[in-house]
Amino acid sequence: MAKDNDILDEITSKEYEHGWTANIEMESAPKGLNEDIIRFISAKKQEPEWLLEWRLKAYRIWKEMKEPRWANVTYPEINYQDIIYYAAPKQKASPKSLDEVDPELLRTFERLGISLTEQKRLTGVAVDAVLDSVSVATTFKEKLAELGIIFCSFSEAVREHPELVRKYLGSVVPMTDNYFAALNSAVFSDGSFCYIPKGVRCPMELSTYFRINAANTGQFERTLIVADEGSYVSYLEGCTAPMRDEHQLHAAVVEIYVMKDAHVKYSTVQNWYPGDKEGKGGIYNFVTKRALCAGENSKVSWTQVETGSAITWKYPSCILKGDNSSGEFYSVAVTNNYQQADTGTKMVHIGKNTRSRIVSKGISAGRSQNSYRGQVHILKRATNARNFSQCDSLLMGDKCGAHTFPYIDVENNTSRVEHEATTSKIGEDQIFYCMQRGIDEESAVALIVNGYAKEVLNQLPMEFAVEAQKLLALTLEGSVG
Amino acid sequence: MLTIRNLYARVGDKEILKGIDLEVKAGEVHAIMGPNGSGKSTLAAVLAGREDFEVTDGSVEYLGKNLLEMEPDERAREGIFLAFQYPVEIPGVSTINFMKTAVNQVRIHRGQEPLDAVSFLQLMKEKMKLVDIDQALLSRSLNEGFSGGEKKRNEIFQMAMLEPRLAILDETDSGLDIDALKIVANGVNKLRSKDNAIIVVTHYQRLLNYIVPDFVHVLYKGRIVKSGGKELALELESKGYDWIKSEAEVA
Repeated sequence: MAKDNDILDEITSKEYEHGWTANIEMESAPKGLNEDIIRFISAKKQEPEWLLEWRLKAYRIWKEMKEPRWANVTYPEINYQDIIYYAAPKQKASPKSLDEVDPELLRTFERLGISLTEQKRLTGVAVDAVLDSVSVATTFKEKLAELGIIFCSFSEAVREHPELVRKYLGSVVPMTDNYFAALNSAVFSDGSFCYIPKGVRCPMELSTYFRINAANTGQFERTLIVADEGSYVSYLEGCTAPMRDEHQLHAAVVEIYVMKDAHVKYSTVQNWYPGDKEGKGGIYNFVTKRALCAGENSKVSWTQVETGSAITWKYPSCILKGDNSSGEFYSVAVTNNYQQADTGTKMVHIGKNTRSRIVSKGISAGRSQNSYRGQVHILKRATNARNFSQCDSLLMGDKCGAHTFPYIDVENNTSRVEHEATTSKIGEDQIFYCMQRGIDEESAVALIVNGYAKEVLNQLPMEFAVEAQKLLALTLEGSVG
Repeated sequence: MLTIRNLYARVGDKEILKGIDLEVKAGEVHAIMGPNGSGKSTLAAVLAGREDFEVTDGSVEYLGKNLLEMEPDERAREGIFLAFQYPVEIPGVSTINFMKTAVNQVRIHRGQEPLDAVSFLQLMKEKMKLVDIDQALLSRSLNEGFSGGEKKRNEIFQMAMLEPRLAILDETDSGLDIDALKIVANGVNKLRSKDNAIIVVTHYQRLLNYIVPDFVHVLYKGRIVKSGGKELALELESKGYDWIKSEAEVA
């Protein structure tokens, strides 16, 4: 067994690949948070009065709230006055085209494997690239516009489509929702906005790529997706950050509003800097993601591959309000070294015949702690609601922990709720079996882990699935040995 | 091909192998028989490189190299194959995917090009026939929910795919009915050649009716106490292990 643990150690201690920083001239707000800072952010973004008021209201609510401490994670108190709430690369006010974007910025994203030059992108993915607080560029905008699809940075949406933003902002995640959502509502800097008109099937994957570059800054982006009746969109989100000794706060909000017969698929590959092997540095990832299935027969699928962050606090949820609507949550969360993850989902069944499915696969290695926390709530009028949940945990080594906190509240006796859970250890037997066939130790672990997570990985769009598989192996590199 | 000299191995404080000597040449089939707990499976595991067992004395030379210094995956790539008594389940990994990874790692080690999907599939179809195995089974998670017979056939299928120099079959007959046994034995026989060698570890003589050995060795209390030709197996079958035991105790 000792040997087995050594293998695991070795495989899980590979260095973080995206730990470099780019030298980009930045413009930022002074440290700390008060109403003046919020006014500063709002003014920088030339926002209308209503949005400034909205932010200030959120700030006042936030000030009265207490940071939640119920999650199964431990971290020192965050000093909210020691964070920079706005940082932006210095460049011309808003580039009209890619030619106007600072080449250093484009290079930064090239290094991450994300080309913002449209002719180079053959994969059929439109990207909105967000560096620190600001959207750098959005590709394929014109092509999408022909179909009436709006895909742009949040700031641009505020300028160009204020009526849509005003109508849906906070409609799924109200500013009062929780501490981090309130903070985000007050200081959010940028993010992506997406609107798919009635009956339109978005022909390409839409993607937002977030990159934290500046030191001491928090990242507070906001994504709003509105899918009109009968529309479909598949949305991807990726993220990385440089290696830094101090912790950085990331508190994002994602809202998805889904109308009748519409279907939104949202996939995340989260690879924020997780801290070093001793647990120094890393991103605190406190994120609120929620989808409202407002109309009949609407559908939302969340798929997440969580490999990064020192702390992950994240529960992508579905409010199943429309009759016959359905929600899915597929998750792989890997923790290694001193990472802590408390993640899961909430399925709130309000409408009749609503269905939800939860598949969660936790993988813990090193000295990490990995918790699944989920709630299935079936309300009184949700006749014939159904839920199926499966929560599996895989342990690598004997110094890590796996925890499951499922909550089930049922108020309607015609519903059916199923919950299955397993905990297993990556077997010495399995590794030996692979090795006896000539497969080296690291490939053996990667093979076993990918097999374990297969049901979730299968949900990802093709090009993401390959990346996610590699990332799983990379995250666990050094955990065997 | 394989020379074992005075091999001692233990698990924890318990000495299991107490001085094994064995010489296996290319083209030969050796059967290792013996009562339960005599150390048969331990010998197979030590040769494959299982870490649970500590070799305390002796040497094993394989194709001119010190086998005991090699990692299990290195041994496999050098042509040692162990058909497991209890094949391991790996959920979510199909036999096809598993074999593709293994075959290509072995090929790279031998300085060959990795196989592309098409040539791999061709090779697979050819080898599937040897043990009468269905492609649908190979698309399923490795060994998960397989019957005893399916697991053993899958082991021999993998052996065929990897084309080992030295194959060790650990109680491959256990849990098989006579039809499955014939299929498995038939598959093994087709893989016999003058260039490779096979060690068959078994408790019963039954399997040796179908895989006819050149040599039979009886293992008792961690030592080879008797060696002979294939007739030795028949003798054991009719007399049981007791006479061997008493003979060994007297000696």
